[in-house]
Amino acid sequence: MIEIGLGHYLTLGAIIFTIGIVGIFLNRKNIIVILMSIELILLAVNINLVSFSIYLNDLTGQVFTLFILTVAAAEAAIGLAIIVVYYRNSGTIRVEEIDKLKG
Amino acid sequence: MIAHAIFFYVFSFIAIISAIMVTVSKNTVHSVFFLILDFISISCLFIMIGAEFLGMIMLIVYVGAVAVLFLFVVMMLNVAQQKNQWLLSEDSSGHIPIGLIISVLIFFELIIVIGGWKYRPELIDTGYLNNISEMTNTHSLGQILYTDFIHVFQISGMILLIAMIGAIVLTFRKREGVKTQSYIKQISRERSEGVELLEVPSNKGVKIDD
Repeated sequence: MIEIGLGHYLTLGAIIFTIGIVGIFLNRKNIIVILMSIELILLAVNINLVSFSIYLNDLTGQVFTLFILTVAAAEAAIGLAIIVVYYRNSGTIRVEEIDKLKG
Repeated sequence: MIAHAIFFYVFSFIAIISAIMVTVSKNTVHSVFFLILDFISISCLFIMIGAEFLGMIMLIVYVGAVAVLFLFVVMMLNVAQQKNQWLLSEDSSGHIPIGLIISVLIFFELIIVIGGWKYRPELIDTGYLNNISEMTNTHSLGQILYTDFIHVFQISGMILLIAMIGAIVLTFRKREGVKTQSYIKQISRERSEGVELLEVPSNKGVKIDD
């Protein structure tokens, strides 16, 4: 309990990952919160990678965390651009009203 | 050791609570605030565990770029007014108290972690975690990032470039009816289409068609 080990960090990562997944499912507001939940999921993956990297004395995990950071930034930029374009075209970004692709 | 445990529990508690608040809070602006708090807590954990470079990079990239981008888009799209009734009732300064609370929390976290890491390194003893070398984290990361992972590093640069171009192409909109300067038109203008010399007969005048 006092000695903080690998398990504590992995538990923290798992909790935040689950919160991100639940945030995607339970979201009834707008699609930006879904993007934020995706950021939370990537953050949980980063926690796992960094804690394994520290505890195994292998820096590869931290390098890959850097790349995940890059991909997360790119994804946020593209996703927000898509949201801005969608809002400009249809006037709403509420989740239940986005049904253009319903077929 | 005990200080390490206490700080771990404090930061992870703040991180989990703010992650929950990101998903359940009614106001999207509050969600972005809690996202920033979450990022800062996690980067404090990274600094505590010994990955200082990643902690600082997370502060710069996530808090400085991504979260501010989110905040910008949320405020530009006016999502809060679209959804929330209690924000509509008052003026739009309803998120000032939560913003203040979160910024005070962030300030104390940064003071605790960075001050402790700088001035009292024996307080949060991470020596039993990483006993590799006397090189700093940044130094050793740079040594393998630019040698072993150079191709992946350049590919990630390409990803950023593509993201930038994609965002510009997506949101670019050509406005109609706006007078702008066209350098190509200006440079390629010739005398024959710009000037016309006329023989003007006296007492007749000139008919100008335009």
